[in-house]
Amino acid sequence: MAPVATPFFFYFLSGLALVSGILVITRKNPVHSALALILTLLALAGIYLMLYAPFVAGVQIILYAGGIMVLFLFVIMLVDVGRAEKERQFNKQWLVAIAATLGLGILFVKVFTASKTLAELLKRPLAQLPETSNTQQVGFSLYGQYMLAFEIASLLLLVAIVGAVVMAKKRI
Amino acid sequence: MGTIGVLTRRNVVIVLMSIELILNAVNLNLVAFSRMWGLQGQVFAIFVITDAAAEAAVGLGILIAFFRNKETVNMDEVDLLKW
Repeated sequence: MAPVATPFFFYFLSGLALVSGILVITRKNPVHSALALILTLLALAGIYLMLYAPFVAGVQIILYAGGIMVLFLFVIMLVDVGRAEKERQFNKQWLVAIAATLGLGILFVKVFTASKTLAELLKRPLAQLPETSNTQQVGFSLYGQYMLAFEIASLLLLVAIVGAVVMAKKRI
Repeated sequence: MGTIGVLTRRNVVIVLMSIELILNAVNLNLVAFSRMWGLQGQVFAIFVITDAAAEAAVGLGILIAFFRNKETVNMDEVDLLKW
């Protein structure tokens, strides 16, 4: 299969994801934040497509950009944006936050460079691309090898739905 | 990025969005390594997306209940359990 992953697209998409990620945490208006988050999610879906994971990309667009973001926007409309915007938006934890993020980043890089299995993994030839379609493969392993985890996830979703309804209801 | 958001913003909605950013970073790693390892990473990424959906639903439910009680979405006002 000819590679579809050109460096230009990769840098474009990751730059888009990074910039809109910064926008998410710096905008004052939560609606702007939500729109920037949608942009981030779409850019990530594009990167998934470049990594030969079309099923995950589809799930990302439908579930995240479609479902979860509608939920977010709905709640933003429900709570009072206008008044909240006049309040102070940032607390005074910049130093702590940047230190924690830098620490995490350094830890991440250390783990990546120190791990031997990872070094071997990176030497491997890139994915033996399956002949059958990606969605079919994911389906087989989701309903075969990971059956139990799948059922537990469905139970988790059920509990989450019930919990959200109970908490958001005025009187039970 | 997500950690900065979680630690610095005072608006609960944006803190929840930052959590979504963190989960997306995890997903990106999983999918990128599944490129070399096999399909497991993609399956796990789907489970992470499921968990993110559940978490968003419960978190926003809590947020609505909280807003009804306190009429604010400010993180610093969440101190009912403070001694």
